[in-house]
Amino acid sequence: MTTRDIVFVVVGAITGLSALLAVTTRHVVHAALWLLVALGSLAGCYIVLGQELVGLVQLLVYVGAIVVLVLFALMLTRAPIGPKDEIDTPRWQRAAAVALGAGLTALIATLVIPVLGSQLVDLDGGAAAAGQGSSAGATTPGIARAIFGTWVWPFELLSVLLLVALIGAFAVSRLVLGSRATRVTRATGAGDSG
Amino acid sequence: MIHLWFPAGLAALLVGIGTYGVLARRNAVLVLIGVELILNGGNLLLVTAGSRPGSPLSAGPVLALFVITIAAAEIVVALAVVLLMFRGFGHIDLTRVPDVSGLADATRLPDASGDPHDGSRGNSPERSSGSASTSRRAREGVG
Repeated sequence: MTTRDIVFVVVGAITGLSALLAVTTRHVVHAALWLLVALGSLAGCYIVLGQELVGLVQLLVYVGAIVVLVLFALMLTRAPIGPKDEIDTPRWQRAAAVALGAGLTALIATLVIPVLGSQLVDLDGGAAAAGQGSSAGATTPGIARAIFGTWVWPFELLSVLLLVALIGAFAVSRLVLGSRATRVTRATGAGDSG
Repeated sequence: MIHLWFPAGLAALLVGIGTYGVLARRNAVLVLIGVELILNGGNLLLVTAGSRPGSPLSAGPVLALFVITIAAAEIVVALAVVLLMFRGFGHIDLTRVPDVSGLADATRLPDASGDPHDGSRGNSPERSSGSASTSRRAREGVG
């Protein structure tokens, strides 16, 4: 166990526990807040792994934008305050979900850990080694060169994707969805009020 | 110095927890939280694979940044659909069977079609009564 190992185990334990609480808590709003803790400590995991840029982008985009969007969505859908049992599926389905999740974890772990697990990576000398070009893909200048060199067309496509997602969200939120009975109810309600 | 099996194991754990979250929740926003956890597990695996030495063509951090951007775009559209479902049905319970009779002609733009009385009346009374019935139905069901 090296120092980075110990730090990663601590931060990773926080990540795993808060992720587990985010999917098991009975409070709807607490799930979003535990997701915030999980994503924030995952940014810490990235920083321990030596990827400061990915960690900071994770903090900015996930913690700063996505969790806020999720909280807004919970607010706009009138999320109930307090513990609710109705937000979970029945017990047999949760048991199946536990089995499937554990099986998926075991499957990915048995696939990935023999490939990656035996390696001991020296991240502390990374800055010096990057100057020599041996691990140039791992530092921030290396990432910048890769994005605006090799990956420049996918990068441009991503900006188009963000624009399409923006317009698509506007278009979807302008639709009116509902059954005919709901619309009749609304029309009579509008007639009464008008 | 770091052993890579810790982040690899954490990535597997996050994917498993996210799968449980997708399968065990009925609230649509909480299902999306599970999807986010799965995406983050994949992201952590990309970063872990990208931090191996001696792989000059590995693009793990770059792909991780791309995945973060795609996740942001995905959740914007997904939450718009969830809000549309809440306005239409009054609940976001994914296991409840919705009343879809006449749904094919019910999906429309508010001002684009429909009878002219709808357009001439304006939106405000319909919207207020709609929100009132929505809140009534939301009190009965899962928020």
